[in-house]
Amino acid sequence: MSEFQPKILAILCNWCSYAGADLAGVSRIQYPPNIRVVRIPCSGRVDPLFIMKSLQSGFDGVLVSGCHPGDCHYLSGNYNARRKFAVLKPMLEYVGIEPERIQFSWVSAGEGERFAQVVSKVTEDLKRVGPAKRLVKGVA
Amino acid sequence: MVKMLRDTVRKLFDEKKVDMVIGWGEGTLPLSATPVFIENADEADTLIWDERCSNNLAVYLTKDKRHLVKSGKKIGIVVKGCDSRSLVLYAVENQIKRENLVVIGVTCDGVIDIKKVMKRTEGKEVLDLRIGDKDITVGGRGFETVVAKKEIISDFCLHCAHPDAPVHDLFIGQPRPANEKADVYKIVDDFEKLSADERWNSMVESYSKCVRCYACRNVCPSCYCNECFVDQNDPQWIGKSPEITDTLIFHMGRNMHVAGRCVECGACERACPADIDLLLLNKKIAKEISERFNYEAGLDIDEKPALASYCENEKQDFIMG
Ligand code: SF4
Ligand code: SF4
Ligand code: FES
Repeated sequence: MSEFQPKILAILCNWCSYAGADLAGVSRIQYPPNIRVVRIPCSGRVDPLFIMKSLQSGFDGVLVSGCHPGDCHYLSGNYNARRKFAVLKPMLEYVGIEPERIQFSWVSAGEGERFAQVVSKVTEDLKRVGPAKRLVKGVA
Repeated sequence: MVKMLRDTVRKLFDEKKVDMVIGWGEGTLPLSATPVFIENADEADTLIWDERCSNNLAVYLTKDKRHLVKSGKKIGIVVKGCDSRSLVLYAVENQIKRENLVVIGVTCDGVIDIKKVMKRTEGKEVLDLRIGDKDITVGGRGFETVVAKKEIISDFCLHCAHPDAPVHDLFIGQPRPANEKADVYKIVDDFEKLSADERWNSMVESYSKCVRCYACRNVCPSCYCNECFVDQNDPQWIGKSPEITDTLIFHMGRNMHVAGRCVECGACERACPADIDLLLLNKKIAKEISERFNYEAGLDIDEKPALASYCENEKQDFIMG
């Protein structure tokens, strides 16, 4: 049987991580093709519901990536986001969702290499934990 | 105690310090108190205060009586510790002007959870009630039972750290300081010890009972959005039927919305007709917020809720290195 290929939603801030992904692309850095990208104006735009709904609709994992602390184009978007994630992630683990399914990172526009590493890491993690069953509509 | 309360309220009207006082009065059933809205000194005698006064009355300031708040009326309100924390939250969130409120604190040793009483009487209707010092006698057709108060007190109250209003203008009796020894997060610590499978199964089992009546949201003093995300149709965040993933996302979404704002009054759990242990999720979030950000909702009028503020250099161990 062929290896399990996780479906990952990558929610990327327009100003840094999205540009980082772009740089990875134009630099022809190889990384797993498992992500589907959604571009957002700032990591502060991420409503916890986006993440829960993604898992519900069948993504095996969600990666949210924004500008490094101090570099947010709206100054404090990523700090506010960080507080939300600091509560959301433990809450999802608490109800029994595998921690690997919700991941956060900071990747700047110049870090194409790093972006590729982050995606590889998340993909590997999810290959290890396998397909999502919990919180998936129609499955759990 | 009740006499002091009534006298205090009468005096407030006599001195023209309030336009309305919100408190509790006798309900239509022996086990329940009902909110009363007092508009003159004569009505002060309808006020009661005992273990049946479970409603968090703060909720009226952002819901039914919002128009009075907006028109700048002076409102007196009788509060337990948790209810007073709601008022602090409202002041922080600019929902009320602190100076338009007269906060009347009462000493609280916990309120009755009617569902726990009903379990003790095996569902038999309670027609008669006597409240003693340590226990409560309930009687009905062909039965009479004495139950210890601590067995029928709401779960939230059992581990309450702030039973007496930390912020008040008047206090009936003597306010006690915060209970430092309260084991506030014990149920969370216990739940965390279970395996992920056990936690998930227990959540599914528990929340499968939810009939999505939204009573928990409606009584919640911290849920006062004009339009709740569960009611939105475009986009539709939550499917309307009680399907388990939708139900869980509703509850987790609601908990995220009240994160750092929940005053742990337990109104949601007591209102739930399905007897779901709502405390388990609320307390988890309160624990995270207290441990990470050293913040508890509704204690300090000058402090923003945890999720509405940040520190630049705070711990970010949950973010990939
Ligand atoms: S979530 Fe429940 S315990 Fe918290 S403030 Fe609302 S009603 Fe009270
Ligand atoms: S009150 Fe209980 S049954 Fe009603 S929506 Fe809330 S959890 Fe579900
Ligand atoms: S602009 Fe990138 S995180 Fe705010």
